[in-house]
Amino acid sequence: MSLTNFLLMRHELLLTIAALSILMAEIFWDPGEKRSKNLFSVVLFIVITIIGFLPSPSGSLFGGMYEVSDTRLIMKNILNIGALLVLIQSVTWLNKEQNSEKISEYYVLLISTLIGMNFMISAGHFLMFYIGLELATIPLAALAAYERYSNKSAEAGIKLILISALSSGILLYGLSMIYGTTGTFYFNEIAKLFVNDNLQILGFIFFFAGMAFKISIVPFHLWTADVYEGAPVNITSYLSVISKGAAVFIFIIVLFTVFPVIISTWQKIIYVTAVLTMTVGNLFAIRQQNFKRFLAFSSISQAGYILLGFIGGNQLGMASVIYYILVYIFSNLAAFGVVAAISNAKGKESIDEYNGLYQTNPGLSLIMLLALFSLGGIPPLAGFFGKFFLFMAAAQKGFYLLVLIAVLNTIISLYYYLLVVKAMFLNRSDNTVEKFKCDFPTRLALGICVAGIVITGFASIIFEGMKKMSFGI
Amino acid sequence: MTGIVLVKDIRHVKIVAAAGMGLQLLLSVLLVYLYVSARHAGNTAEMLFVKDIIWFKSLNIHYTVGVDGISVAMIALTSLVVFAGIFASWEVDFLTKEFFISLILLASGVFGFFISLDLFTMFLFYELAVIPMYLLIGIWGSGPKEYSAMKLTLMLMGASSLILLGILGIYFNSAPGGGQLSFNILEISKVKIPMSAQYLFFPLTFVGFGVLGALFPFHTWSPDGHSSAPTAVSMLHAGVLMKLGGYGAFRVAIFLMPEAARELSWIFIILTTISIIYGAFGAIAQKDLKYINAYSSVSHCGLVLFAILMLNKTAMNGAIIQMISHGLMTALFFALIGMLYGRTHTRMINEMGGLMKVIPFLSVCYVIAGLASLGLPGFSGFVAEMTIFVGAFQHPDIFHRIMTIIAVTSIVITAVYILRVIAILLLGPTTNENYGHFPDAKWYEKVSAVTLISFVAFIGLAPFWLSSMIGSSLQPIINKILTFNPF
Repeated sequence: MSLTNFLLMRHELLLTIAALSILMAEIFWDPGEKRSKNLFSVVLFIVITIIGFLPSPSGSLFGGMYEVSDTRLIMKNILNIGALLVLIQSVTWLNKEQNSEKISEYYVLLISTLIGMNFMISAGHFLMFYIGLELATIPLAALAAYERYSNKSAEAGIKLILISALSSGILLYGLSMIYGTTGTFYFNEIAKLFVNDNLQILGFIFFFAGMAFKISIVPFHLWTADVYEGAPVNITSYLSVISKGAAVFIFIIVLFTVFPVIISTWQKIIYVTAVLTMTVGNLFAIRQQNFKRFLAFSSISQAGYILLGFIGGNQLGMASVIYYILVYIFSNLAAFGVVAAISNAKGKESIDEYNGLYQTNPGLSLIMLLALFSLGGIPPLAGFFGKFFLFMAAAQKGFYLLVLIAVLNTIISLYYYLLVVKAMFLNRSDNTVEKFKCDFPTRLALGICVAGIVITGFASIIFEGMKKMSFGI
Repeated sequence: MTGIVLVKDIRHVKIVAAAGMGLQLLLSVLLVYLYVSARHAGNTAEMLFVKDIIWFKSLNIHYTVGVDGISVAMIALTSLVVFAGIFASWEVDFLTKEFFISLILLASGVFGFFISLDLFTMFLFYELAVIPMYLLIGIWGSGPKEYSAMKLTLMLMGASSLILLGILGIYFNSAPGGGQLSFNILEISKVKIPMSAQYLFFPLTFVGFGVLGALFPFHTWSPDGHSSAPTAVSMLHAGVLMKLGGYGAFRVAIFLMPEAARELSWIFIILTTISIIYGAFGAIAQKDLKYINAYSSVSHCGLVLFAILMLNKTAMNGAIIQMISHGLMTALFFALIGMLYGRTHTRMINEMGGLMKVIPFLSVCYVIAGLASLGLPGFSGFVAEMTIFVGAFQHPDIFHRIMTIIAVTSIVITAVYILRVIAILLLGPTTNENYGHFPDAKWYEKVSAVTLISFVAFIGLAPFWLSSMIGSSLQPIINKILTFNPF
């Protein structure tokens, strides 16, 4: 293995170096130097994100266990952007007194989950995939339990780790069946040896269930709301956007490359789960009062829309899934960013407490409005384009009924997004969130998100680029 | 083109809004002039001033705008109504800046819709026009505004979901013989979409746009929405937004899928006839001025859809004139109601009376609007309804004729509710002593009312201008219907 080959793992290597150097730097800095620690880590990550965009050759490593292609690179870059936004958003929260002694740990844990996700996305072999998956999950549980003085946070951590263990078990069981019938773990070899055998399909279903836990597809979604509510806001946004996005990415790659033979089987499964996921997510979101639970259910329903890109098995589908994840990162992080800002400044997380927000904090309300409208698919924001392409991908293969159900679901989702808009703009309250000024990192992150929400849709070059890199069955 | 001019006009003071809209109005007049002169110069292209920008290349999504006689007329209507609307909402003092921004956003959505030649762009502008309504009604409305705003938004977005599905269906069937799929209306109109697809997607598209045009079972958003909305929004909404439905049904559903339109039109003719009659009777039963006009809008917009479904040139010509005439009349009505409400603080007709003596200017305007609405010769309503019914009666078969006869009765019912309002409201005895000292119209109210009235009268007295402009643009559409379905 030469150096050039080795550099194919650029993303992972850089992230590892970053994580290690943050740990090393911790030794030399006083515990009190919050500012320089934050600055160092964020700047390091910005550099990594930029380097990630440099062009790179495709190829494979470790005898095909690790693969790099344009598709996978763009996925990794999207995750990098999202993680960067989360990191910037976290600074305010990390500066709080009770968190300040563990700043470096936060960055190291978060970066190591990202390393895991990158390995997972680059997997060409189920073992590599599994290692990446575990590396992505276990530090996340630690992060969810980061606010150790809070019972809820600890509860979220333990719930996440238990559920992850269970889903990993199920996934491994499925993989073992696939291994038993095909005798290999390499993606390309399994694809050739797959013969629609019953045991293989059973194995696939277990694999599907395992992935469904990660993406929180109904009926495997029950952990989502509790964990999202308990975990710190920034971790929640990370879970709902980056972690989910990574799982979606690898899932679509595996479906399209490993299981094209049984497409008619998984189309049926995805059809049913997509309908369930959208509908259940939306209907439960209506009743939520806590903003984090609200966004949890909204993100479940978003996963349902994303499945519409899977179902056709077409190139347009994959492109629209990648595109939608990017859009979703911007929109959801903008929403979570506002929630985090208010939660950090005033400790308010309930939707009722947002009443009359526009009177006191017009800027934040407008950002929230944009974010929610983008999530709801209102033009000319990016979410509209994302949804339109997803629906188009499903319609291309003739799933018109499914598209109709999905569009009707967006109307339901619009209802509860409008409830929040109503709270912010229409309702009056004696106990509004007082006027406050966000600090620089929050404003920077929100600014990037808003720019993303507005520009990603109009700039057709982004979608066209993704379309070129994606592939169908 | 004009849509883009508008978006730049977002400023925060009324003056700028008015100036921007005045400029917009001038531009529209200029557009009409340029259009007419281009036609006179012998330019026979279907669409003029086409501007085409490739947007999403791999999906063949373009940003295509262009105008024919119909869209020119609709743009002129929109800018008139928006112009009048800005003056009618001169007294908004709560979050003024946000109000005008939303209003202009709404208007730009409408403009964009009328000039789009690409289904994707058209859909985008449609949704853009719907969403600001929520805030406009929710924040500045009156009565059960939150309920109305939510109902209106959800119903219209529900309609847009049907339209979305219809558009996707059209797109994926736009090249039945293989080749490049397209969103471009003109390109699609040159191919014949397979019948099986038409049967599926014509009803979807037509109902989708029909909701916006207050088609019978889906009209319920309209009375609530209109009555809760602030004046300018009611004007814009009844005057222009409901025309989006008629225009879309005509431009997308009928133009692109004429065969299915021919086969399935009877269902919708029945529904629209119900709308016409039901709306008129509904208006009789109401006591609130805004509800009366909302129901009368349901009736009149039903007439538009009814005429479109007749699928012949005379009726369609009437439909377009009706859209414009109704747009102006309703806008006038709602503006006047807003002004009356600003003085009396009630909209219940039985609480008012004898206003003619107190505020003669507004009252006379109201009478004019009423007479125009019931189709008095000399005003635009007469021309429109006359043309529609003549066109509808051209169909030789019993079904169409019976439906036409039923629809014609709406004229009488309209007369009932209009004259009743005028009698009670304006001519009756003064019931409330406080009414004695109302000021008559202020200058900005006069601007608003006079602009609208003059155009109503202009169309009524000289309809040939408008109808020749529309007629030449209708020809390709009629040709398309005829090639596939000879009478």
